[in-house]
Amino acid sequence: MDILFILEKSVIILVVFAITMLIALYSTFGERVFAAYFQDRLGPNRAGPLGLLQPLADGVKMFTKEDFIPDTPNKFLFIFGPFMFMTTALISSSVIPWGDKLVIMGRTIQLQAADINVAILFVFGVVSIGVYGIMIGGWASNNKFSLLGAVRASSQMISYEVAMGLSIIAVLMVSETLSLRGIVEKQHGFIDWTAIKIGNTYLPWFSWYVFKQPLAFLIFLICAFAETNRTPFDLPECESELVGGYHTEYSSMKLGFYLFAEYINMFISSALIALLFFGGFNYPGMDWVSNNIGVNAATLLGVGAMFAKTLFGIFFYMWVRWTVARFRYDQLMNLGWKILIPLAIVNIVVTGAVVLFTTN
Amino acid sequence: MSLTLILFLFLSFAAVFCGLMTVFSRNPIHSVLYLIGCFFAIAGHYLLLNAQFLAVVHIIVYAGAIMVLFLFTIMLMNLNEETEQHKPALARMGAVISAGLLMFVLLAIFKKVDDMAVPGFQNSTLGTIENLGKVLMNEYLFPFEFASVLLLTAMIGAVLLAKKDSPKTVNQ
Repeated sequence: MDILFILEKSVIILVVFAITMLIALYSTFGERVFAAYFQDRLGPNRAGPLGLLQPLADGVKMFTKEDFIPDTPNKFLFIFGPFMFMTTALISSSVIPWGDKLVIMGRTIQLQAADINVAILFVFGVVSIGVYGIMIGGWASNNKFSLLGAVRASSQMISYEVAMGLSIIAVLMVSETLSLRGIVEKQHGFIDWTAIKIGNTYLPWFSWYVFKQPLAFLIFLICAFAETNRTPFDLPECESELVGGYHTEYSSMKLGFYLFAEYINMFISSALIALLFFGGFNYPGMDWVSNNIGVNAATLLGVGAMFAKTLFGIFFYMWVRWTVARFRYDQLMNLGWKILIPLAIVNIVVTGAVVLFTTN
Repeated sequence: MSLTLILFLFLSFAAVFCGLMTVFSRNPIHSVLYLIGCFFAIAGHYLLLNAQFLAVVHIIVYAGAIMVLFLFTIMLMNLNEETEQHKPALARMGAVISAGLLMFVLLAIFKKVDDMAVPGFQNSTLGTIENLGKVLMNEYLFPFEFASVLLLTAMIGAVLLAKKDSPKTVNQ
């Protein structure tokens, strides 16, 4: 194996890890600032200029607090739970394409840790094992509120994975690939001049899948909120019923891992929404930039576009959290099984019919 | 030793170890967790055979869905080693005899097979999703559809069993 290839991939993995951590760190700060804004308060502004050092202060607080382990028969599993949750949150960033290719000294570098041809399924696999972190932690806490929170989290995540997977199938039928890079490349630019074919004439339409598959986007978005346990679906940690949900017994940095992994999940799911529905690193006029200024400039702008879309996704999570009230548990289950899954199936049938009649 | 062989030996050891620990663990939760580890090792074997699709689907379906439901049931029933019932001697004898018969059959199979090499190990595109889709939709379309009808029937059956009787039918 090429030594340069290993070096290049190692650098990409390290950078992706560092950026994921940094964005998750400042998401916690952003959440508090936006919460303050929505509630007409000042928010954190003591630590550092404009309160920008607040995440560091939080980190120091988390690390220096007493690490309490309850009287549980499973100490190992109690420690293993947050570790597992954090690991699964970080793994899925390995298949996300952050940008197109850079050309440095005649060498083409793909800005992605691993371009595997079943990337979407890989992400789903990682999401589906992510629930173990919550379940193991909640069970090993030896506390009925923790157990109830864990059971709620797992049943909620399993239920919404079904609707999520079904909504993605319609997108895959249009994109004809399971590779995330392939899906992004199919949404090239902003306007697809040959999108709709009627007879021998072509009509233009937006190339991003949010315009081609709006229903799939809506279903995926709702499911992403449920999968990341965010308001209005944050029933696993519903404080009015369950004290603190699955992490009631946790303290110190183990609690920090659970809370932090939630922000990493938000970041990854926002990146996925940007990739699948908002064109990822595509932006209007990218061909012009690529032809007139240079490939690297176009790629760097693309990375900027990708991160702008992702950060807006994170902001949207916070926006919803401080706007919409929490659902009741039966409402959540009814929405998942009786509304989203049938809608997703209808979407698949309609997409199949459209693909069949427009390709022939 | 090539990298593939080292990976194969590691995964095989992990699979066998986790499989044995699944049986020998006293705590049912630990059993389930070892079984999940075993599934991951087997998914690694699929990857070594270039069947990425099968590996990922194996993780999603078995580790991600079925074992979560297992864990769920065990947690809700709160099975512990103290509450474990002692099986009657007859059942234990039956279990030993059936396991011995299974081992006998497996030994017979392995003795008959001379070439243990898996066909397609050299062919790197055999297990990709493109080939799988083409084979399923062209050559094996009928069994594929048949399996889907079977799954649908099972699903309807499960819904029917889980459905509560309406008060009217209870009264009759």
